[in-house]
Amino acid sequence: MENVLFIIFAIIAVASALNILLQRNPLYSAVSLIGTLAAISALFITLNAQFIAAIQIVVYAGAIMVLFVFVIMLLNEPKDQPHIDKQRGLRLLAIPVAGLLLAEGFFIVSRVPNLKIPRVDPSDTAFGTTWKVGVGLFTDYLLPFEVTSVLLLMAVVGAMVLARRDGE
Amino acid sequence: MVPLSWYLGLSALLFTIGAVGVFIKRNAITIFLCIELMLNAVNLSFVAMSNFFQDMNGQLFVFIVMTVAAAEAAVGLAIIISIFRNRASLNVDEADNLKL
Repeated sequence: MENVLFIIFAIIAVASALNILLQRNPLYSAVSLIGTLAAISALFITLNAQFIAAIQIVVYAGAIMVLFVFVIMLLNEPKDQPHIDKQRGLRLLAIPVAGLLLAEGFFIVSRVPNLKIPRVDPSDTAFGTTWKVGVGLFTDYLLPFEVTSVLLLMAVVGAMVLARRDGE
Repeated sequence: MVPLSWYLGLSALLFTIGAVGVFIKRNAITIFLCIELMLNAVNLSFVAMSNFFQDMNGQLFVFIVMTVAAAEAAVGLAIIISIFRNRASLNVDEADNLKL
């Protein structure tokens, strides 16, 4: 069972990675990389790294790749842009999908008053959980953790300085 | 139980694809995407080793690597934007000297 899962996600990861090289348009390459990241995230779950898998999707496939797509769309010459026909059917589909999302939201909110704070049971502190990662991060690796905040601050300032137009 | 060698093999394969991409691609953004792919391949072997030895340190390293990758993406993309402004091209062959 686990071997089958590994093979499926390995094939997805390698195929999307090769697709990065085969595509001429960087936007398609970026979308392929998101496929690879999602497949690797699934492999992380098979390796008992649930927290890392979630971070992989949220930070990598979410934040970093959005940054890439922004820059690609900012810089691409018009001739590189793919021509996409406006699809009327998709626009009509938007309303039911939005309704579904709204219903989901209401369902979750209706459940909130019944929530109880769960007791800490052994499965919460097992290998690879958020608990374990947090304990490691705030004890043995406290200094590197704090240093990354300085690194991120430097990255923010550096990005602003580099991307600023002269004379502004 | 999936053998450790499978994960390491997949990691090596993804890293190789990323490295080949850095060499054969001419578009600066695609090269950058390939660097991200290489970082992810290494993360995969970190997590595989971490699970194999039942040691959390590997996963904590992945956490740090992801932070560095985020910082690198922000600064790198800013550099690409400023190169594009000066040369009106994303081709790395046209940006082969550091002087603007």
